[in-house]
Amino acid sequence: MILAAALLALPVVAGLGAYWLPSARVRMGLLLGTAALHLAGCLAAWRLPCGPASGDWLGLDALGLIVLTVASAVFLAVAVGSRAFLAAHAQRGERVFAGCLFGFLGAATLVAESQHLALMWIGMEATTLAMAPLVFHSRTRRSLEAVWKYLLLSSVGIGLALFGTFFLAAAQGAGRPLILGDLVLHAASLQPGLLRAAFVFLLVGYGTKMGLAPLHAWKPDTYGEAPAPVAALMAGALTSCAFLGLARVTQVMVAAHQFAFVRPPLLALGLASLVVSAGFMVWQTDLRRLFAYSSVEHMGLLAIALGIGGAGMFGAALHIVGNGLVKAAMFLAVGNVILLSKTSESGGTRGLLRRAPWTSVLLVLGLFAVTGSPPFALFVSEFAILGAAFHAGLAWLALVIVVLFTIVFVAMARVLLRVVYTAPEPGASVLAERPALVAGPALLVGAVLLLGLHVPAPLRAVLADAARALGGNAP
Amino acid sequence: MRPVHELLLMLVVLTDFWVLGTGRLSSTIRAAACQGALLAMLPLALYRDASPHMLALAAGTLLVKAFWLPRLLTRAIREATDRREVEPLLGFNMSLVLGAVAVAVAFSISPGLPIPGLRSDLLVPVALSTVMIGLIVLTTRRKAVTQVVGYLVLENGIYVFGLSQAERVPFLVDVGVLLDVFAGVFVMGIVVFHMNRAFDSLDTSNFAELEE
Repeated sequence: MILAAALLALPVVAGLGAYWLPSARVRMGLLLGTAALHLAGCLAAWRLPCGPASGDWLGLDALGLIVLTVASAVFLAVAVGSRAFLAAHAQRGERVFAGCLFGFLGAATLVAESQHLALMWIGMEATTLAMAPLVFHSRTRRSLEAVWKYLLLSSVGIGLALFGTFFLAAAQGAGRPLILGDLVLHAASLQPGLLRAAFVFLLVGYGTKMGLAPLHAWKPDTYGEAPAPVAALMAGALTSCAFLGLARVTQVMVAAHQFAFVRPPLLALGLASLVVSAGFMVWQTDLRRLFAYSSVEHMGLLAIALGIGGAGMFGAALHIVGNGLVKAAMFLAVGNVILLSKTSESGGTRGLLRRAPWTSVLLVLGLFAVTGSPPFALFVSEFAILGAAFHAGLAWLALVIVVLFTIVFVAMARVLLRVVYTAPEPGASVLAERPALVAGPALLVGAVLLLGLHVPAPLRAVLADAARALGGNAP
Repeated sequence: MRPVHELLLMLVVLTDFWVLGTGRLSSTIRAAACQGALLAMLPLALYRDASPHMLALAAGTLLVKAFWLPRLLTRAIREATDRREVEPLLGFNMSLVLGAVAVAVAFSISPGLPIPGLRSDLLVPVALSTVMIGLIVLTTRRKAVTQVVGYLVLENGIYVFGLSQAERVPFLVDVGVLLDVFAGVFVMGIVVFHMNRAFDSLDTSNFAELEE
């Protein structure tokens, strides 16, 4: 509990301090230090017991711990990448940039630690707001359009999620209001009609924030216009937080024996996300938009996993880890491509292998990781989800998913390999790949590779805990 | 003689239709301000309780929803040359009809919702119709300011629904609503301001560069 409170206070205090610092160098140093300390605290939380006591508003259960650790690891890599990004843009708007990053870390920590669902909602709202100035960093017309779409759709989504939270409170017959543990414990006393209404609003609300089709319209534009480190943070950490919101309400529904009600909408939105993203990726030539659709695809898969249940819940928990880390790595690597050729359009970059070899290797490894090829972690999680689908008698679903994955793989390989394995134009510039530019994404991809080869016992135990909380089991 | 809170709730629906039916941006903002003032009085009338919590909630709502946000929006349109809604995606008459349908739907489904602790039968149908009318405004109008007002109306509907649970769920929730509106529109206000500068207009149909 003390550790949980300290992790929440750290970014808030450091952020306030950073805002008053006169020097940009010191501020970025403080950002890196805070990020490293936060990650260290998260890792300590794996060793110390800091689960929520009954009635606590803050505490780290298995699922919260997983999401918080992913967000924290992604944040550290993004903090490193932001320094390079700001250095390349003459530090313009650096104070606001750093302030919003601190704000996001605080808000994401609040989401992951909240055991009170209204408190979690406040954290979710704060993550949305903290991101808006970051998306608008370049101050162009296109980024203005992107931030407008993002704010409008996210705000409506978050508004409907609040509506759903109120319905949940109204459905409650016994226990302290909106405390997750009490909701699960007294699930039998929840009024079924109001509970179902609550689920629908929360699914639409948090689904918008996850970017599930058909509520994903903001995602390609926002990821396409935001600075690359910001897109990395959104695809790696923000969407994981939104997934946590959906997982929490699913947990309550499962406890109230409403799983039969939640399955069809979860599968439908998930499948729609897979179909839409695969369809749009076939025509996509912009790297950032390509990975944005990939994010829609993986959020869809997570929704499907929640809808399948059983070992699918274990798969979802592992998939959150793999997807968060690799997606952040890919956007950071694309950021390097943008540093080199000022665009993420695939037509604007040729011969990347010669001009930025490390980034090229990362992009190719990432291609295999993100499409769920062995031996990366996403293969293990997707395998678990597909296996659970067969087990649940949804073989048709598994087959459809495999077909769509194949389309996605071909679409991504076509674009990425053309950027990497072509002859560079004569006299094309070469990127000076300083360690700061490649260390972050390299460590993230490395972690995804290691987790694919071997899931350590403590992680496996926590994943199984999370799966059990969602009414599932470990495979 | 009907109780005061029922009168207030009916006036809330009336302001919904004011927003739906008007084409002048300044009038839209005034409607939102009036609705904010009505919502500020609602908790006092509903609970007839002058506890510090209720007074603070009323004062905060009045300050944010009736004065501060409308002023922000008024400032955003001050420099705009064109202060009328241009060809909404749905005509004004059509959207009024749609609003009426929304109210009818809200009143017909509300009795079926077994919501505990209700002080008034009107609370839930008014909340639902306000949410739906907010969504209609948000999706069918083109001016950024009108879309923000639509979002405000949507939030107001959620606020009315939240009031029905104010006794059962402690005060964090009201703070959450205020915070949400406060910060959400604060940021939206900034965006609207920049939009004015960048496009010389608040018309979101200028936003066509990112179409697929």
